Amino acid sequence: MEGLNAAFSALADPTRRAILARLAEGEATVMELAQPFKMTQPAISQHLKVLEEAGLIVRRIEGTKRPRRLAKAGIQAMDQWLAMLRKALEKNYDRLDEVLAGMEQNKKGKKR
Amino acid sequence: MSKMTLKTEGDTHVIVTRRFAASPEAVYRAHTDPKLIQQWLLGPEGWTMPVCINEARRGGKTRYEWRNGKGGGFYLTGEYLELEPYRRIVHVERMHLPDPTPDNHIETRFDAEGTGTLMTMRMTLPDAQTRAAMLATGMEYGMEASYDRQEGMI
Repeated sequence: MEGLNAAFSALADPTRRAILARLAEGEATVMELAQPFKMTQPAISQHLKVLEEAGLIVRRIEGTKRPRRLAKAGIQAMDQWLAMLRKALEKNYDRLDEVLAGMEQNKKGKKR
Repeated sequence: MSKMTLKTEGDTHVIVTRRFAASPEAVYRAHTDPKLIQQWLLGPEGWTMPVCINEARRGGKTRYEWRNGKGGGFYLTGEYLELEPYRRIVHVERMHLPDPTPDNHIETRFDAEGTGTLMTMRMTLPDAQTRAAMLATGMEYGMEASYDRQEGMI
C-alpha cells in the first residue's frame, strides 16, 4: 500500500508523467530525457530520483552513463493511463452515438 | 464487447477505431458540422466547447475552444488537407496549452460496414518523443475525467 501511495504522489507531477511516457518508448539517458523538457540535468535527475524511489523506473550502469527504463510498476502505470485515455475517448463516442441517434430521429420526422 | 480500439503503431502512429450504428454520411457530418461537434467532442463531464469553427473544405480551418467552467480551458487549431465527402478526411491539428504542440497529422476514414460505419483515425506525430508527450497529455485529461467521476460518486 505504501508503494502504491509513493507511486501515486510521484505521478502527481506532469513532468514526471511525461518522463514516464517518454520511457515507455524505450530506455533513455538523463541527457536525452532533459532535452525535450527544457530543464537542466540536475532538475531532471531530481524527478528521476522520485520516480526511482517510487519503484516506477530503474537504472542501468553503462560506463559513465546511467540509462533509465520503466520498472514493472511503471509499465503497469502506463497501461492504466492508456486505459484512462481510452475511457475519456469512449465517453466522447458514447455521446456521439446519442447525437447520431438524434440525427436519425430528425430525418424520420422530416419524412413524415 | 468494446466498440473502440486505441493502439500505438511503429514509433509515431496512434490508431483509433470505433464502430457506429449510423451511415458514413451521418458520422462524417457529426465530425464536420460545428453544431453537431459541440454536442459530443467535450471530454470529461462539465467541459463545454463555446467556440467551434469548422470550415470543411480543402485548406479550410478549424478552431475548437474548450472550457471547464472553473476558469480553465485550452484550444485546438487545424487545417484541412483533403476531404472526400462521407469517406475520408485528412487534416493537421495542434493543441494550444497555450504553447502549440507539434502538428498531429490525422487521416480519418469512414467505411460502411453492414448498416453502420467503421471509423478509423490514423494519427502521425513527427517523432516518438512527441507521441509520448501527446499520450501523456491525453492521460492527464483521462485522469481528470476519472477524478471528476470520483467527485461525482462522493
